Amino acid sequence: MMLRIKRVPTVVSNYQKDETEETARRSGGCGKNCLRSCCITGAKLPLYAFKKLNKIDAENDVLAIEEKEPPVAFLDSLILGEWEDRMQRGLFRYDVTACETKVIPGEYGFIAQLNEGRHLKKRPTEFRVDKVLQPFDGNKFNFTKVGQEEVLFQFEASENGEVQFYPSAHIDVENAPSVVAINVSPIEYGHVLLIPRILECLPQRIDRESFLLALYMAVEVRNPYFRLGYNSLGAFATINHLHFQAYYLAVPFPIEKAPTKKIATSNDEVIISELLNYPVRGLVFEGGDTLQDLSNTVSDACICLQENNIPYNVLISDCGKRIFLLPQCYAEKQALGEVSQELLDTQVNPAVWEISGHMVLKRRKDYDEASDENAWRLLAEVSLSDERFCEVKELIFEAIANGEDSIENTADTMLKDPIEEKNTIPKRSHRTMVAGTQECVVQQ
Amino acid sequence: MSNMDSKLRLIQQSFNSRYSEWVREALDELSDNFTITDPSISGHPLVFASRSLLKMLSYSREEVIGQNGNIFQGPKTNRRTVMEIREAIREERGIQVNLVNYRKDGTPFWMLFHMSPVFGKEDGRVIHFVAVQVPITRRQRGNGGVRLSEEASGLNEIMFGSCRKEVDTNSVLELGRVLSSDSSSNVLDIEETCEASDFEKRRAANVFNSILTVLTHYSESTGRLVCGKRCSVPGVGYISSSLNISLGRIKQSFVLIDPHLPGLPIVYASDAFLKLTGYDRHEILGLNFAVLNGADTNTSSEYQIQEIIQNEQACTVRIVCYRKDKSSFWNSLHLSPVRNASGKIAYFVGVQMEEECKNMDRHGLSPEMRQLSTVGAVKVAVRSLSMAAGSSKS
Repeated sequence: MMLRIKRVPTVVSNYQKDETEETARRSGGCGKNCLRSCCITGAKLPLYAFKKLNKIDAENDVLAIEEKEPPVAFLDSLILGEWEDRMQRGLFRYDVTACETKVIPGEYGFIAQLNEGRHLKKRPTEFRVDKVLQPFDGNKFNFTKVGQEEVLFQFEASENGEVQFYPSAHIDVENAPSVVAINVSPIEYGHVLLIPRILECLPQRIDRESFLLALYMAVEVRNPYFRLGYNSLGAFATINHLHFQAYYLAVPFPIEKAPTKKIATSNDEVIISELLNYPVRGLVFEGGDTLQDLSNTVSDACICLQENNIPYNVLISDCGKRIFLLPQCYAEKQALGEVSQELLDTQVNPAVWEISGHMVLKRRKDYDEASDENAWRLLAEVSLSDERFCEVKELIFEAIANGEDSIENTADTMLKDPIEEKNTIPKRSHRTMVAGTQECVVQQ
Repeated sequence: MSNMDSKLRLIQQSFNSRYSEWVREALDELSDNFTITDPSISGHPLVFASRSLLKMLSYSREEVIGQNGNIFQGPKTNRRTVMEIREAIREERGIQVNLVNYRKDGTPFWMLFHMSPVFGKEDGRVIHFVAVQVPITRRQRGNGGVRLSEEASGLNEIMFGSCRKEVDTNSVLELGRVLSSDSSSNVLDIEETCEASDFEKRRAANVFNSILTVLTHYSESTGRLVCGKRCSVPGVGYISSSLNISLGRIKQSFVLIDPHLPGLPIVYASDAFLKLTGYDRHEILGLNFAVLNGADTNTSSEYQIQEIIQNEQACTVRIVCYRKDKSSFWNSLHLSPVRNASGKIAYFVGVQMEEECKNMDRHGLSPEMRQLSTVGAVKVAVRSLSMAAGSSKS
C-alpha cells in the first residue's frame, strides 16, 4: 500500500506550474531565461567563493586580538542586498514584512505568523509520503526551470584559500555550480534556497558534500539569526530536487532554547545530545575537531535515516555551531488518518521551521488563538514515540560509528559514583552506544 | 580619524558624559571582577574592565576596552548560555548564568556571570550593562578529594584551574580522554557543567550593588542620574537598546525617520552617518534630516522626500547635502519604508551614498547593492525586535 497525502504545495518559484501542466509540456526550449541548456549558455551570475576553514570558531581565537574592527560579513550583505533588490523588482508573491507576526507569550516563545497569501487556493496535489528516497523526475518542476532573475548568486569554495567575489561570473557548467535562489513565497525576510550542484539534478537526499556546503554557508554568513533548514521527502519537502532553505529571523527559536542532555561524543569530538522538554524528540550535534568532522557526522546520520526510510528534518543554527536532527512521522500519520481534523484544519505542515517553533498560520482565528499549548499539541504529533526514537538513535549511532573508529559514551560518568561507573562504561570495541537515560537499553 | 580612534573616543564619552571624573578610580577600588559595556556604541563594546578581572584573565586594559564581551568565550562555552545572554541584552533585563570563560592563554574556567542593566533615571534608557564575574570553585561530588570551603570561593588565587577536572583513576574513560586529547593543547580538561553556590550568587548580587552605588553616586554630579531599575517610561521615538545594538552592526551611513511624528524626526543615526556628516549623535536625533539641506539644495527634493514618505514607496533621490562644516556632497539617497512585526510601517530608512566616493571596496559589492543590503538589515532588525511580547514598541 502506497501512502499518500494531498496538499497544496508551496510555490517557491514563479516558474513553478501545476503538476498536470508540467507533464504536458515536456520538451525543453522555453525562452524564459532559465538554467537549462536552452538558456544557460552565456549566463552570468555573481559568484561568492568562500574560504574553507578548519575550526568553526577560528575567528573567535582568544589568543589573537586584533586592533581593527571585525571583518564585515560580506555574504550576509550580499544575500540581504540581492533579496531587497528582488523585492523592489516585484518578484515575490507578497510582502512578507507586511504579515503580522508575534512571539507567543509563554515559556517557549513559539513564533506565529499570519500569512494568508502563502497558500494558494489551488487543487491539492498528491504527495507520496512513504518513500524518503525517490528518483529525480525531470518532468516535474525542478530548480533548473527557474528564471535566472530568481537566482541571486553562485556559491562555492574558493580555490586559493581566500574569500573571492565576482560580481558577474559565467556559470561554468563543467564545474558543478551551486546557487542560491529566492523563495517567492517567503516565510520571512531573506528566504532563500541553496541548491547544491544544481545542474546535476540531484534528488532530495543528503550527501556529505552537499551538507558541508550548507554548513559552510551558515558559517560564512556569520549571523546567528540566519538559519538553514532541510526537509526530507516524507517530511514535507515539496520538490524532489536537492535544496536547503534559509532565512533571517532575529529572535531565538524555541528549539534552540530547549535544554539538552549530552549522550555521546564521537572520536573526532563531535558532541551528540538529546533534546529535553521539547515536544519533538531529536538530537543536537555540536563541536568536532573540524567543521568537516561535524558535517560528516550529521550527514552520516541523515544518510542512515534516508536509507532506513525514516523522514526527517535538519536545522543548522548558531552559525553552524549547533545542528538539530529531527526524525518525524506526521505525514505517515496523516496518510493513515491518525491526525485529528482539528489539527489538519490549521493546514500547518510541520516541516523544519514549524518543528523549530516558527508557525505560519493561514487563518486569523488560529493566529489570534495561538498558544504554547496549541503549538505543543501539534508538534507532539510530529514526534517519534519514545521507543521508536530509541531504535532510531541506535541506528544513527551505529552509522556514525561505522563512519569512524569508535564512539565513546560519556553518559553521566562524571556525576556517577565510581562504583557505578565500572559497570556501565562500555569498552571501545563495542560499536553500539548506551544512551544516558534509564528507559532505553540497547541490545548487544 | 581611524575607525578605532573614533570608537575609543565614543568609549571615553560613554563614561565622561554620564559620570564625574573620579568614577574610574572609585570602581578600581572595588576588588571584584566586572566589566561595563555600552549597548549604544556599535559592537556593544566593553567601556570598563576592573583591575581584578584583567588580572584574572591576564589581559591588559588596552586589549579589552572596545572589544565585545564574546572575546572571553571559547569552544567549551555553552552555546545555549551565550544565546541566553544575548537575549537578556536584547530584552534589557538582568541574567545570572554559569559560564565558561577563557583566560588570555586559552585556559578555560567556570564562573558565575551576573549581568544587569543600568538605566538613565530621567529617560529610562539602558545606559550600561554591568557584568560581574564570580569564579566558581569546584565542589567534589562525594568522590573524596579536596572540599573547598565556601569562604575560599572569594579568593582569586584559587580560581586558576579551580574547575579543572582531575584525572580520576576510577574512571578509565576519563583517563582515556585525557590521554587522547591533543598534547599541544594547553586547554585543561573542564567539567561539563558547573553550578554556582548560593554564596557565590549572593556575592555576585552584592558586588553588583556596590558597583551600582558607585555609579549612582558619580552620576549625581553630572545631573544625569542612573539607577538599577527603569523608573520612567522611554519616550516616544525611543529606540530600544536591542534595536540599537542590532542597527549598530550595520556599517553603512543611514538614518531612521519616524513618519508618525511631526517634523519627521531622525530617531536613529548610524556611526557612519555621523562620520560622513561630521555631526555628533545628540545634535542629530530629533531633527528632520532636512537639516542636511543647505541653501543650494533644491527645495523640490525636500518635497520629493516628503512625497515618498507619504506614498510609502522605496525610492532613490539625488540631492546635495551639507556637512556640519558646511562642505557639500552629492548624495544618492535611498529611502524605504520599514515595517515592524505588526506589518505596518514603523520607520523610513534613509541610506546615504556619497557620489564622489563610489569605491568598489569590500570585495566588490556595488554601492547600490550596499545600500540595498542596509535596507534589508534594517528591515530584519526592526521586524524581529518588535515581535517579542512586551518589547519596546519602537
